[in-house]
Amino acid sequence: MSEACDACLRRGYLIGLLAGRIAGVLDRSRRRPEGLLTLDDAELVMAVGGADTQEALDFLAHFESARARADLRHAKVRSTCPHGDAYPAALRDLQDPPSALFCRGRLELLAAVDDEPAVTVVGTRDASPYGLDVAHDIGRGLAVAGVTTISGMALGIDAAAHRGALGARGATIAVLACGPDVPYPRRHRDLHRQISESGLVVSELPPGQRAYRWSFPARNRLMAALARLTIVVEASESSGTLITVEFAQDLGRAVAAVPGRVNARMAAGSNRLLREGAPVIRDAGDALDELFGIGGRARRLGDPPSDLDPLQRKLLDAVEAGLDMDGICTFAGIPVGEARAGLSRLETRGLVRRDGLLGWQRRTLI
Amino acid sequence: MTVTQPSPTAPEHGYGRPSVQEMLASVPTFALEGVDAREVTVEVDVRRGLPAFTVVGLPDAAVREARERVRAALLNSELEFPLQRLTVNLAPAWVRKAGASFDLALAVGVLVASGQVPAEALDGCAVCGELSLGGALRPVRGALSIAIGCREAGLRRLVVAPGIAADAALIDDVEVCAVPTLGRLVDLLYGRWEPERPRRSTRTSPPPVELPDLADVRGQADARRALEIAAAGGHSLLMVGPPGAGKTMLARRLPGILPPPTLAEALDITRIRGIAGIGEEGLVRERPFRAPHHTISAQGLVGGGARPRPGEMTLAHRGVLFLDELAEFSRHALEALRQPLESGAVEITRGQVSLRFPARVLLVAAANPCACGAGGEHCRCGAIARERYRTRLSGPLIDRIDLVCQLAPVSAASLAPSAPPGEASAAVQARVRDARERQAVRLVDLGFACNAELSTGATRALTALHRRANEPLVAALDAGMLTGRGHDRVLRVARTIADLEGSSRITRDHVSEALGYRTVGLGPEEA
Repeated sequence: MSEACDACLRRGYLIGLLAGRIAGVLDRSRRRPEGLLTLDDAELVMAVGGADTQEALDFLAHFESARARADLRHAKVRSTCPHGDAYPAALRDLQDPPSALFCRGRLELLAAVDDEPAVTVVGTRDASPYGLDVAHDIGRGLAVAGVTTISGMALGIDAAAHRGALGARGATIAVLACGPDVPYPRRHRDLHRQISESGLVVSELPPGQRAYRWSFPARNRLMAALARLTIVVEASESSGTLITVEFAQDLGRAVAAVPGRVNARMAAGSNRLLREGAPVIRDAGDALDELFGIGGRARRLGDPPSDLDPLQRKLLDAVEAGLDMDGICTFAGIPVGEARAGLSRLETRGLVRRDGLLGWQRRTLI
Repeated sequence: MTVTQPSPTAPEHGYGRPSVQEMLASVPTFALEGVDAREVTVEVDVRRGLPAFTVVGLPDAAVREARERVRAALLNSELEFPLQRLTVNLAPAWVRKAGASFDLALAVGVLVASGQVPAEALDGCAVCGELSLGGALRPVRGALSIAIGCREAGLRRLVVAPGIAADAALIDDVEVCAVPTLGRLVDLLYGRWEPERPRRSTRTSPPPVELPDLADVRGQADARRALEIAAAGGHSLLMVGPPGAGKTMLARRLPGILPPPTLAEALDITRIRGIAGIGEEGLVRERPFRAPHHTISAQGLVGGGARPRPGEMTLAHRGVLFLDELAEFSRHALEALRQPLESGAVEITRGQVSLRFPARVLLVAAANPCACGAGGEHCRCGAIARERYRTRLSGPLIDRIDLVCQLAPVSAASLAPSAPPGEASAAVQARVRDARERQAVRLVDLGFACNAELSTGATRALTALHRRANEPLVAALDAGMLTGRGHDRVLRVARTIADLEGSSRITRDHVSEALGYRTVGLGPEEA
């Protein structure tokens, strides 16, 4: 697949160069980068350049694409632009489509969203265990059905959706508000590495760039544009998640939401969407129905391994049903010591996991 | 008791000698150091000169005040306080003496040195007590330690106040005299009065207080099993569950399923209570249960201070230390617990003195599953609050915990009057006792009391697994579920589970069950 052309690459690096300036212009009024990114190179420099105007003009005049490409190779980052075959047509729906995209990982996932619809899963960073669980399951279920999950690698819902997809060895795209090689938030260093290896990390900003306040809504527009369907799992009223929703609606993309507790502050925004008529998503199956029509895509959820004995199967069912230890023993009809022993065998096989605080949890089956 | 006449070679003065002879008396008494009593000799020198009363030998303020109490007590007991030059020395000089417990020894020293009491009557006799101004003896702390000190120093007799005589009398080789007043003590020394023999508390009498019974706990089979394993092997336990699930209720029942303390253990417990000045008189027959509040300082937990006092860990020696709301304890306090949990003792060094407080406890901790307490699907915390809570819990103590179990909220059905009661403590205790006896037989030569105390080397030597039993462990190691330290921990718990079953061999099921209770995942959520 071809890399970005010189002009687009220059544009990408120019935005990187002016990112701080754009922040200076926008962050004061907390506006989205609407309009700004539609300007051509010279106009953009004039609009935000300020004291750096001359430097930016020099940069435009003396940009050496060979050096930039060497930089990218060094950072293990690939690039693409609207003139290349890796660039998804879906982004052309934006009034300000990005000129260059900087990517790490499986570049082919990007153009694939045109042929095979992808789903964006977004939500609050401060999620409830329920929200995390649902986001994880949606990511997993979509992966099993061969659908790419897109999200922003933020704490909370985003990460849960990515992890669900990764756990099922499915495709997932993380759209970042910083350079594609920058693991942000830092706590997701491992997740960043995993997605760079088996999924795709993509950004409008060149390698090494930090995130700015304006680059989050800018990133959200890409997430909204790339997906056929945007699912909101827990978003508060003031959440940046709702910006993604607005972009999706502007682009005419479908928006759906997972019901949250009606009295939970972190689900107020997503519940409002439902009240306003957004489709209800309970699991990946509902999302598939939204994408392909009811029954349009088979749900191929994993079955437990066939060599489990009846008791182990029973224990697995009990954990799946969310029973506590006493409940598990009653259900399986065995003393607690045997139940613990049986569960620890299932744990060793990776079918359940044990959390010190929450007890036995079912584990993704692929 | 010895009285030394001035040496015959002392120069004779030309003037006439006074009627009261210059004399030197020395009286043994005891100062507390940690849980031990150190013998201190009170020397009193009476000689002519301007009336004065000097105390030397590292006394603290309370000891210097003894002068006033001794003077008043002697005069109010119709004894004489010599108007001469009195010098008192407390030897050895480098031991710091604190408190009022030297009053009696000072008074007796003055009586002997001024010839009011025959010195021979006090041969091999130690005295310990505080004096009231009226001459009454007041109890001092650590009577049992003092009696042990007497036996070790070869003293045959110990005079103490009546309130603590029963404690002191637990030691066989020491005759304990419970003397109410200074006047009675003089009568005793002249053979005009005999004290009543203090009542010896015997081990055969039933425990004075009824311990709470496990039969009160309905359901919670999993937590009961974990409690039984913890009791049988001395393993530390963390119970996680929402408020009201019965964590505290279960923990309070742990002393009742531990085997009753042996005589040596009971003496240890009694001695520590005596030092701390808490509890009733007489031999303690039940294991202590200490539940310090989570605001406790590190010093309160492990002991210390300028004059080192035992902390909660020592007060829980041979019993249960229960830390409710583990996440709320200060990091510093929990950090301080680590080393004593490993060694079974608290070492405190102050100046030149190094003290050792015994602290062999069975640690039981309890925690809510999250900050709001509800846990699981009912949790109302956000991810950030949960993360913070988990980080707090994954703190310094967690790698000292052998078993973790979760408690479910109590269901309405299990609270109904018709619900069957749980198994009674006595039945569980019988199994625990059997398991402990099996361990004792195996461990007696190695110096360990129970499986939890085994060193790494001993663990590997005593828990050798045959191939099939080892399979779950190998699989767990391969799956990255276990660290090396966790591996040994699982082996020790598996050994205990086998002991509970009366099996000399550790089977595959024992190992699997131990794996099922091992300490896991209190760190960041797996999402």
